[in-house]
Amino acid sequence: MTAIPRLLRVYLALMILFALTAGFAYLPLGRFNVVVALAIAAAKATLIGMDFMELRTEKRLTWLFAGAGLFWLAILFTLSLSDYATRGWLPWGSRFGP
Amino acid sequence: MPDLAHQFQDLEQQRTADTLGMWAFLATEMMLFGAMFLGYTVYRWHYPRAFYLGAQRTDMVLGSLNTALLLTSSLSMALGVHFQRARHFGRVALCLGVTALLGAGFLALKLLEYWHHYQEGLAPGLNFHFPGPEASQVALFFVFYFVMTGLHAVHMTIGLGLVGFQTARAYRAESRLMPVTLTGLYWHFVDVIWVFLYPLFYLGGRS
Amino acid sequence: MSPVSYLEDGTTVRSWLLSTDHKRIAILYMVSITLFFLVGGAAATLIRLELATPQPDLVSADTYNKLFSLHGVVMVWFFLIPSIPTVIGNFVLPLMLGARDLAFPRLNLFSWYLYLVGGLFTGVMMIKGGVDTGWTFYTPFSSMFSNTHVVLTVVGVFIVGFSSILTGLNFIVTTHKLRAPGLTWSRLPLFVWSLYATSVIMLLATPVLAMTLILLAVERIFRVGIFDPGLGGDPLLFQHLFWFYSHPAVYIMILPGMGVVSELIGCFSRKRVYGYKFVAGSSLAIAFFGFLVWGHHMFVAGQSVYAGLVFAFLSYMVAVPSAVKVFNWTATLRQGSIHLDTPMLYALGFIGLFTMGGLTGLFLAALAIDVHVHDTYFVISHFHYIMVGGMVSAYLGGIHYWWPKMSGRMYPELLGKLSALTLFIGFNLTFFPQYLLGFLGMPRRYHVYPPEFQVLNVLSTAGASILAVGYLLPLFYLLWSLRYGKRAPENPWHATGLEWQTPSPPPTDNFETVPIVTQEAYAYPVEEPHA
Repeated sequence: MTAIPRLLRVYLALMILFALTAGFAYLPLGRFNVVVALAIAAAKATLIGMDFMELRTEKRLTWLFAGAGLFWLAILFTLSLSDYATRGWLPWGSRFGP
Repeated sequence: MPDLAHQFQDLEQQRTADTLGMWAFLATEMMLFGAMFLGYTVYRWHYPRAFYLGAQRTDMVLGSLNTALLLTSSLSMALGVHFQRARHFGRVALCLGVTALLGAGFLALKLLEYWHHYQEGLAPGLNFHFPGPEASQVALFFVFYFVMTGLHAVHMTIGLGLVGFQTARAYRAESRLMPVTLTGLYWHFVDVIWVFLYPLFYLGGRS
Repeated sequence: MSPVSYLEDGTTVRSWLLSTDHKRIAILYMVSITLFFLVGGAAATLIRLELATPQPDLVSADTYNKLFSLHGVVMVWFFLIPSIPTVIGNFVLPLMLGARDLAFPRLNLFSWYLYLVGGLFTGVMMIKGGVDTGWTFYTPFSSMFSNTHVVLTVVGVFIVGFSSILTGLNFIVTTHKLRAPGLTWSRLPLFVWSLYATSVIMLLATPVLAMTLILLAVERIFRVGIFDPGLGGDPLLFQHLFWFYSHPAVYIMILPGMGVVSELIGCFSRKRVYGYKFVAGSSLAIAFFGFLVWGHHMFVAGQSVYAGLVFAFLSYMVAVPSAVKVFNWTATLRQGSIHLDTPMLYALGFIGLFTMGGLTGLFLAALAIDVHVHDTYFVISHFHYIMVGGMVSAYLGGIHYWWPKMSGRMYPELLGKLSALTLFIGFNLTFFPQYLLGFLGMPRRYHVYPPEFQVLNVLSTAGASILAVGYLLPLFYLLWSLRYGKRAPENPWHATGLEWQTPSPPPTDNFETVPIVTQEAYAYPVEEPHA
């Protein structure tokens, strides 16, 4: 029955991260607010995935399936945002917004 | 072996197939939510100020309370799977019951929040009034807020149905490991989505 | 005594509609996609008739818009995307793997019902007056301005999308977990490889379309500005999300066709498919590269020029694995003992038409040429060569090839050859003139055109009527063969592959004992006298 203490420790870590992220939100860090918030969110997601969803003990194939979602998401983001990032580089061409 | 479906050779093959199927489904779900995260990113990038103003108007207290509820529900879900493995049906029923209650609490608070936003005139398309020149861009923030948390709430409702069903089966000592495990995977995944929605919609406008 | 065949295992309507047998579900799909093919085909017929003359004499501009939109929506989502995977794939995948069924048989049946519900929405949309946005639903026209039934259509497509996701999920898990003992990945038939690659796209691209359609519906219903530039939105975001699905969707349509053709070429050349590993790997490569090229639909839409450059370059990359396939097929033919049966005729037609369609795709991937031919009949012709010339040829080739297994009957060979030939001639006559029209500047989606384009348009319409014969002929003689065809032996083509080791038609459980695989796919004897 070592599993229960481990689950409780993970839960404790999650709640601490939750408190941290809520607290950090009130500090005036400028653009780093969102960086910190997303980093903490990623840490929480990793904990949930590894321990609650038991990825830690799953086979490589399961990892491949879980990773595929993330990888394709990265494709979607990278290529779409590469358009938005370079749209203003030329004096002509389209932009949006005011 | 009553649990073995005819297309499988043995229980181990069936177990791994079921797990893979669930993970494949979760990969699909990642892409489903991911498309909206992309939309959010693009507009936040272009209208940082409007998204800041919008995030100030979300309810930090209810949002944080809901985060705590969901994280706790994930713990009880994980414990439920653990007890199912040991076939302690009474404890399984208890853990899953708690999970369902916390989930229902989450949805109730979410509805309350929606109602408040509607009354405050922050519901684009129904009742939206925002002072200043950035009104239509703040409206964009709230469109994403409602669509993303709304889709999350739909997933929560489905999850609630699944967990409720498994609770009833555990109560009658009829629950089986795979259905409970798969329900758990789904529940945790929906929790992970919220883990990202929380900073994007609640924390943005606090500093 | 041999076990009852799947066709005789229950004869009530209920035993069909509630069957979880992958073979019966394949037949259910075959019937339903054929119906939708006829609907889409009827719309195409009216379009070609209208275009026979430069004036608007058959239908009004509005009706014309609704016709090509209906044609696109029905053909893309209710015929092309489900066609080979749900009919042929459903039927032969478990047989090829030596399995008793797919990994999730009930989910498979559920997919079919989702398909039906999606189809129902589309039917209601059609009866209530149609939709005029084209199959691409570009915003803000679709969300803010169109006065037709956009939401109904979008809901239908959304639902049928989930049908396709669940099919993909089922195929992937089945391929991973239900292979017979000894059936290693390097021994899998190439059709299985292509279905696997297709399923990856279905699983990872379709949800993005689903979300995009939700956003479109929200914008339309609540009049908020997600994609409307007037309210701060970006219409190009819609196009990014839409094409993230819809470009890979083209590979959902063509990859299974390539898999079928690999089977046919191997079987009717009596040879091991040349470069097996490369053909298998190129399926995965196409599926992957297919995700990196969607921006070539947006060259002139206002996308950044730099992104355009990157997308143009990446688009050329898809040509590499596609060419690998074509070269390997032709290398397989070399010194093979070629049998020109009907399925082989379709396969050879596929290679020619696909090559044409693929090469003209390179024109369109080139930024500078695309500016000239964008949204012209050149594009129309290009993708019809791939999807109709390629995909439908492969589908019909596959149907003829596995028909003995599915129905237990042989089709009339002479009529089969005739229909394959009719299709090839009719298709080229319909669509080759459209390349010329496009290059001369005739834009797509108009019901009128300058009189100097009439000769080519009349040729195209004439070709379409021949093409229609090529489609209707198999419909009639295949149905005829169900009753009057010769009884099929277990393995009429002397093909390798586990599906040919079961009786025709197979029993419900497919195999009495689990087969054990000891050799690679396409292990045809090296020297075989010409039959």
